[in-house]
Amino acid sequence: MATTTLTAVRPRGRRSKNDEPRSSASPIGRILGWIAIGAVIVVTLFPFYWMLRTALSNNRAMFSEPLSLLPVEPTLGPLQRVLGLSSTADALAEGGSVGAINFSQYLLNSLIVCTLITVFQVMLSAMAAYAFSLLEWRGRDVVFSIFLIALLVPGMFTLLPNFLLVREMGLLNSYIGIALPAMFFSPFVVFFLRQFFLGVNRSFIEAAVIDGAGQWRIFSRIVLPMVMGPIITIGILQFIFYWNDYLWPLLVGQTEETTLLTVGLGIFRSQTPQGSPDWAGLMAGSLIAAIPVFILVLVFGRRIVGSIQSSGVK
Amino acid sequence: MPLSATQALTAPQTRKRRGRGQLVPALLFLAPAILGFLAFFAWPAMRGLYLSFTDYNLLSDPQWVGLENYQQIAGDPVFWRSLAVTMQYVVINIVVQTVIALGLAVLLHRFTRSMVIRGIVMLPYLIANVIVALVWYWLADYNLGLINSALDAIGLDRIGFFGDAQFAMTTIALVNVWRHLGYTTLLIFAGLQAIPRDVYEAASVDGAGEWRTFWSITLPLLRPVLAFVLVVTVVGSFQIFDTIAVTTQGGPVDATNAITYYIYDRAFTRFDFGYASALSVILMFILAVIALVQMRAFRAGQSDLER
Repeated sequence: MATTTLTAVRPRGRRSKNDEPRSSASPIGRILGWIAIGAVIVVTLFPFYWMLRTALSNNRAMFSEPLSLLPVEPTLGPLQRVLGLSSTADALAEGGSVGAINFSQYLLNSLIVCTLITVFQVMLSAMAAYAFSLLEWRGRDVVFSIFLIALLVPGMFTLLPNFLLVREMGLLNSYIGIALPAMFFSPFVVFFLRQFFLGVNRSFIEAAVIDGAGQWRIFSRIVLPMVMGPIITIGILQFIFYWNDYLWPLLVGQTEETTLLTVGLGIFRSQTPQGSPDWAGLMAGSLIAAIPVFILVLVFGRRIVGSIQSSGVK
Repeated sequence: MPLSATQALTAPQTRKRRGRGQLVPALLFLAPAILGFLAFFAWPAMRGLYLSFTDYNLLSDPQWVGLENYQQIAGDPVFWRSLAVTMQYVVINIVVQTVIALGLAVLLHRFTRSMVIRGIVMLPYLIANVIVALVWYWLADYNLGLINSALDAIGLDRIGFFGDAQFAMTTIALVNVWRHLGYTTLLIFAGLQAIPRDVYEAASVDGAGEWRTFWSITLPLLRPVLAFVLVVTVVGSFQIFDTIAVTTQGGPVDATNAITYYIYDRAFTRFDFGYASALSVILMFILAVIALVQMRAFRAGQSDLER
């Protein structure tokens, strides 16, 4: 039962004829085509490799071998020092920067804030999407189009006034201050989830109404489980989005306890001395900030690719 | 039959429910979203518009100055320069990115359905702008970066990718091509998948070669998708900020002082909130015009397939 409704909600489409590569290009064409694809893959992956190579190098020694493809005097020093696990003397010996950068704290801050935003935003947006798709009321479409306007207005426009608002609420430099504007809804998430709610098989809802279930019960017990797949997908995408966000947390979270990872990287970069920057440390910090995204992509790559693709052909 | 019995019993009830509508539960379900919309979108949007007509430095109350900010902006050389470098960024970024993405999407569509390859190509798009900027800042560093060390090793001159006013904005535009290429490719790829196979088969029966097929079939049928991709990427591209903030910070000599960075600079280093708000209003106006013009130009809503 559950599986049939799931496929009804998410029309995966069996591999049709249309979904397979067209056959037979000339052999030379094939070879050239694959060379081009291979080149893109190399250019895409190489900077990530370079990040890893640098993060595992001795910063002092690296300067004499800028072209070495392998880590120079391989060490875990840069990772340890940005996580605050190595002594000042060790850090100095490897040519590290001694600024008070503590990525463990930033990592924790980012995890808390992004989880807070994602959980509330997806849950509350799902409720809104439900009202915009499966409840019948007058003015529904008008209110929905007003909501969609928010999708079209550039973030920069509401950024300054939102900063003033959060400041007046006394929420600067707090987790809640960073999270609050994004917690209530996201027009994008509402729009995304509404598509799936519209595809839900209504006979289950009608059956529940007959059984006397209230709307909340229908939403939480019947509809939500049917769209769990899309909810997880959009949750991952939003988590990554806020994980990567920079400008808003830069304005609102400026104390050590509220600095997010991206902001911390920016501070680290601006603090490194011009003459001998701690590139190894900087790349170690970047690696740490990127690892959660790598993990999400490894586990949920298919979902992510699928949903980004589908956002193009609506 | 118990089923028809229940139907008969509940039918009037359902009809009554329809008639009354479900406004009350709808409002309850929407309450948080409406609160968020009003508090963090509608109200700030109106306040931003209001502040653009004031002089406001955070310390004292906003003073109404009418159109003075807008008049000043019209005569502000830094604003016009920032608009010019933003356009430079957008043109380089969008042209290079769209052309490569189109080529890559066609190749992928022609040769493979591998999810792994698509996942790899998309990976940079999921990494923070800040990280992408830092990795390339390091790769392109003048003294120690890999690219300049390699140029030096083969006897060429080093290039100040980020430090030279001549190259800085181009460098930033290309770095962001690297980040967004996979996203754009995936959108176009999805568009390609929607083109019916029969059209290609007909073309092949008529003896059309690869090149001819691309220009006469693929590209025209892709128009609605390309229009969507261009609107989304141009509007996004216009708001370039993060990369600049962690690398050049607007320099050298305003060569990378894009419009959003200029807004940030006026608001948060000079506390000129009225002026910055007026700049934001102008930015929004520009983006709206660009989006409308593009939609018109590409007849985005219509598909050649349906005619």
